[in-house]
Amino acid sequence: MTSELDIFVGNTTLIDEDVYRLWLDGYSVSDAVALRVRSGILEQTGATAAVLQSDTMDHYRTFHMLERLLHAPPKLLHQLIFQIPPSRQALLIERYYAFDEAFVREVLGKKLSKGTKKDLDDISTKTGITLKSCRRQFDNFKRVFKVVEEMRGSLVDNIQQHFLLSDRLSRDYAAIVFFANNRFETGKKKLQYLSFGDFAFCAELMIQNWTLGAVGEAPTDPDSQVDDMDVDLDKEFLQDLKELKVLVADKDLLDLHKSLVCTTLRGKLTVFSEMEANFKNLSRGLVNVAAKLTHNKDVRDLFVDLVEKFVEPCRSDHWPLADVRLFLNQYSASVHSLDGFRHQALWDRYMGTLRGCLLRLYHD
Amino acid sequence: MPGKLKVKIVAGRHLPVMDRASDLTDAFVEVKFGNTTFKTDVYLKSLNPQWNSEWFKFEVDDEDLQDEPLQITVLDHDTYSANDAIGKVYIDIDPLLYSEAATVISGWFPIYDTIHGIRGEINVIVKVDLFNDLNRFRQSSCGVKFFCTTSIPKCYRAVIIHGFVEELVVNEDPEYQWIDRIRTPRASNEARQRLISLMSGELQRKIGLKVLEMRGNAVVGYLQCFDLEGESGLVVRAIGTACTLDKLSSPAAFLPACNSPSKEMKEIPFNEDPNPNTHSSGPSTPLKNQTYSFSPSKSYSRQSSSSDTDLSLTPKTGMGSGSAGKEGGPFKALLRQQTQSALEQREFPFFTLTAFPPGFLVHVGGVVSARSVKLLDRIHNPDEPETRDAWWAEIRQEIKSHAKALGCHAVVGYSESTSICEEVCILSASGTAAVLNPRFLQDGTLEGCLEQRLEENLPVGCGFCHIPYDELNMPFPAHLTYCYNCRKQKVPDVLFTTIDLPTDATVVGKGCLIQARLCRLKKKAQAEANATAISNLLPFMEYEVHTQLMNKLKLKGMNALFGLRIQITVGENMLMGLASATGVYLAALPTPGGIQIAGKTPNDGSYEQHISHMQKKINDTIAKNKELYEINPPETSEELIGSPIPEPRQHSRLLRSQSESSDEVTELDLSHGKKDAFVLEIDDTDALEDVHSLLTDVPPPPGFYSCNTEIMPGINNWTSEIQMFTSVRVTRLSSLNLTNQALNKNFNDLCENLLKSLYFKLRSMIPCCLCHVNFTVSLPEDELIQVTVTAVAITFDKNQALQTTKTHVEKSLQRASTDNEELLQFPLELCSDSIPSHPFPPAKEHLESASSNSGIPAAQRDRCSSWIELIKLKAQTIRRGSIKTTVTVEKASPMGEGNFRNRSAPPCANSTVGVVKMTPLSFIPGAKITKYLGIINMFFIRETTSLREEGGVSGFLHAFIAEVFAMVRAHVAALGGNAVVSYIMKQCVFMENPNKNQAQCLINVSGDAVVFVRESDLEVVSTQHPTANCQPLCAGGEVTT
Repeated sequence: MTSELDIFVGNTTLIDEDVYRLWLDGYSVSDAVALRVRSGILEQTGATAAVLQSDTMDHYRTFHMLERLLHAPPKLLHQLIFQIPPSRQALLIERYYAFDEAFVREVLGKKLSKGTKKDLDDISTKTGITLKSCRRQFDNFKRVFKVVEEMRGSLVDNIQQHFLLSDRLSRDYAAIVFFANNRFETGKKKLQYLSFGDFAFCAELMIQNWTLGAVGEAPTDPDSQVDDMDVDLDKEFLQDLKELKVLVADKDLLDLHKSLVCTTLRGKLTVFSEMEANFKNLSRGLVNVAAKLTHNKDVRDLFVDLVEKFVEPCRSDHWPLADVRLFLNQYSASVHSLDGFRHQALWDRYMGTLRGCLLRLYHD
Repeated sequence: MPGKLKVKIVAGRHLPVMDRASDLTDAFVEVKFGNTTFKTDVYLKSLNPQWNSEWFKFEVDDEDLQDEPLQITVLDHDTYSANDAIGKVYIDIDPLLYSEAATVISGWFPIYDTIHGIRGEINVIVKVDLFNDLNRFRQSSCGVKFFCTTSIPKCYRAVIIHGFVEELVVNEDPEYQWIDRIRTPRASNEARQRLISLMSGELQRKIGLKVLEMRGNAVVGYLQCFDLEGESGLVVRAIGTACTLDKLSSPAAFLPACNSPSKEMKEIPFNEDPNPNTHSSGPSTPLKNQTYSFSPSKSYSRQSSSSDTDLSLTPKTGMGSGSAGKEGGPFKALLRQQTQSALEQREFPFFTLTAFPPGFLVHVGGVVSARSVKLLDRIHNPDEPETRDAWWAEIRQEIKSHAKALGCHAVVGYSESTSICEEVCILSASGTAAVLNPRFLQDGTLEGCLEQRLEENLPVGCGFCHIPYDELNMPFPAHLTYCYNCRKQKVPDVLFTTIDLPTDATVVGKGCLIQARLCRLKKKAQAEANATAISNLLPFMEYEVHTQLMNKLKLKGMNALFGLRIQITVGENMLMGLASATGVYLAALPTPGGIQIAGKTPNDGSYEQHISHMQKKINDTIAKNKELYEINPPETSEELIGSPIPEPRQHSRLLRSQSESSDEVTELDLSHGKKDAFVLEIDDTDALEDVHSLLTDVPPPPGFYSCNTEIMPGINNWTSEIQMFTSVRVTRLSSLNLTNQALNKNFNDLCENLLKSLYFKLRSMIPCCLCHVNFTVSLPEDELIQVTVTAVAITFDKNQALQTTKTHVEKSLQRASTDNEELLQFPLELCSDSIPSHPFPPAKEHLESASSNSGIPAAQRDRCSSWIELIKLKAQTIRRGSIKTTVTVEKASPMGEGNFRNRSAPPCANSTVGVVKMTPLSFIPGAKITKYLGIINMFFIRETTSLREEGGVSGFLHAFIAEVFAMVRAHVAALGGNAVVSYIMKQCVFMENPNKNQAQCLINVSGDAVVFVRESDLEVVSTQHPTANCQPLCAGGEVTT
């Protein structure tokens, strides 16, 4: 005796959170049943394996039908087929768009293209996340990217409005979109110690300060091509960053800068002598990173450069984080006292963000 | 030309992409009613078109208004080729045709296509202007209200219950017309949907005419069914109960009900009760109670005067049924003579109601049923459906005569059904024979003897159990005792009925769902041979189903079945029987005896051991069940009751017949007549299997209860969380060597597993009760069994449930000493033994029965009065001066209807879709229905030629049922409602052809669209209706002050 057909349809759609998680994690029905059996649910409820199988199938079918709607969450809210309480709708959406840290680290900054999609097999093997789940997460990234890529206005707001995600998740997606768009390199070995949270933090700072939207005024020219205000870095700003080069190119300026910093920090740093010895190297590194940002290739390597030029030297000298903070504060502030330097605003826009990023990136 | 229909097409959304090139759609809408069609402009390149059309006006006869559905078709404009249909919406405008229901239909409707399912939504506004029609010979019946609910709808009062109305219309099935060979499946499906819509409109109109003829204004318990007879045509038939209803307009009238999630309390405290004294029986004493119990007989004097000629003939004393027995002969003769009598006048004194106004039901005789096997032939002339009419008339005659044989003049809880396989059709009808109180019937005159009976019936809570038939001339052998409640009248040992548990019945413990399941193989045969084979099998099926029911009832330690529904389904090579009912322990009926197993070959030692082992298992199960369902009946002293009338004991309470083979199965005797114990002989494998199947029924997991009636006896603290669901299973039987036993086991497993799955799925709702569990079995193909279940899960408050349990426990403690399993088998001896040690004096017992007499268990009354206090408290706070200006405005409008309407739309955070509840029950726990918006009756066909792509049969049907729910909800929401009550899925015909990757499904659903208000909201409203509205309340609840 075999069941040809076995369905359960409630007026209010039943959502089992545990099964939803298994489905999102990409388990097949039989794997999901096995996992549920292992969770001890049979003992708790006195159900049989057959019941569990039928229940799991049913939920999977429901989720499969809901998936189409989850691709455009506002549709889920307005559709009439599934009656789902608003709190449950929010849960469905939030969980569907949630992603694994391990996975996002693999694709962060990569082009969300077919090519990357083909690599999902490897990512799946590497991370232990099922291929199905990888695909869902990848497609989510890509879908959000496509929708908000060309959109004007705040990136986070756009994501929130079109995908009804929580504030936290919207910010994460903003970072993913921003990284994908600027193709920042995050996969290098020396960057492996950084978490998604570190990158997302930097992305947020960069979106706030380095993009066109950050300037706070819409382009006056209506035919302007710069529509994606939050997604692309402010080209003009990057161009201007070349002007900072004078800080290291002009020997007097560099010495003056160094003496200003050293005077203030003397006695306050545990690693003062190392700082003093390294000042010129560090300053050169930071300013050169800025000057190089006109080239796309160098933009992509921003994080590699920052780690190579600043984080690693400091770490090898065992700077404590507090010292790094003191140094960076003083390093940026002292520039205001350099009379010969005319690009104070530009420096602040650059260094303000970079300081935040560096502090976040500076850990083991 | 008495009506103008106005339609406006506002907008569309989520339309499918019809133009692959642009990924957009150029949509426009055709609006069709009758033969008139209007079109909107084409809205270019959008998936969310905003047509905002003018008002399309149709000037039509009201006859057409009733028959025709409004048909809205959404199309994609195509310059070069034919326009592509996106989908359709059919809107039944009937709810707009009577004044009290909806005034406008406005909202988003899913656009439905029979091949693709729902494809986007369309926003439509529909209005009707009706002109007064003074034509006496009119063909329309606008204004007659229809209700699917099988009780008097909650915000109405029954003035007169007129009786049975039925009608059927036949037509050729478009699916089987020659043209079907050349048209597309879509066109064929749409032709069918449209035809059925037309036919049900026509049917409703015709029934409405009959109601008007009877001077009624409503049909309650309206049940419409389709018979897909294939080649021979399509039959749409309906039955219902014509009534004259009065709207309860004062808020006070509905306020009382709002405290009661349980139905029991709904009518009792106020509605039924014109004299305020009733409630003054604060701590109930037997004396006061008596004053109460005489009050309903007010109507008696009025009616007896109109039938005084009969008085001389009627029995003078109503105390013992012995006297009634003596005059049994004349009584029956009298009944026959009474052509004047309201009921006899009627061709069929049938009522489709299952719950009644208090006092309506006097006695219940038992279940009456009739089946007939017919060979279908082509319906030659659709305008004259005489054959089908004659078939049903024949069956109804039979039901009527069965009822008469039970000494009853009416049949309640009446229903009809069919099962069709190829050209063979089984017609079934069943109901409960009953004696009714003529007070509610037209012409209100019934013989005095009936009124005499009414007077006898005074102790409420047991009256309906008293036998209506003549004791010395019983229609079947039965085991009678004096009523355990009033001790004056005879009651049977078990009672089977098709109705809901009367609200005033005294029940011990909780009830449970009891099912009998049975399969019988049948040889494949053609035409008459087939029909003969089936009719030969039927009596045995009925008999076995009945035996199973009886066994299971005993095993549960219960003595009555309510809501009994026996379904016999015919297939190519087998017959299936499925009986569902809710078992309860009625306090008025004797304690059921146990089940005793007897072997035929007592010599064999191991065999005897086996038997005693089984016996022990059965006894254990009974004991366990008694504990589970809290069946601890109050101690009764057998001496008072007297020894049972010596009579050949027989368990059959069913009166059956088959028209082709009229052998009365009741003659078969199974019982041994040893006390109350019910003897099962296991002399062959069949019986052994019976015993096994008895024991394999697993009780629901802890926290779950189930019943197929409206409410669960013993649970009355429902919370507002409900979940209606439909579950479908199709199982393929392995065709090899099928035996009856294997079949039975398969079928049994199928049903049990289905139930287990439901319990598992709904585990988050514990503690919860599955109510109105409705199983339907069909045999779509040779080896396929399809079981469809619709039910509603309702959670209840565990804490309060515990309280009631506690009182039960207390009760049971008092008699704990006698409570052992031997008692179950020999209740008579043990009970009489235990009398001396009886812990409480008879007086106390008296008190207890008295309190139950009033129909309100003490606990409930407490709740009731405290609720009144609450309301009064609130009213007083307002009187003390917190009345704001808005309050006076509220006061000015007598109903504050608009206010409710606003409230009824539940606030749904950032979602435009309002919640619509669906339930097969006639009420919504924790809420009060304030308005009935009209009947919902929808028929859908869905077909696919890409079954695999849609997720196989399960994916296909799952999506379709979800879509049906969505369309029902959308229609209700458009009517301004927020719930469907008395929802039923009447048909779910599923056919598949996996080889061709095709499947088709037909679904027919119906229900009543309503507006409900949460009780919590209502309390706020009630405080806003100050003194004026509270006045009657306070009068009713004088006790509490």
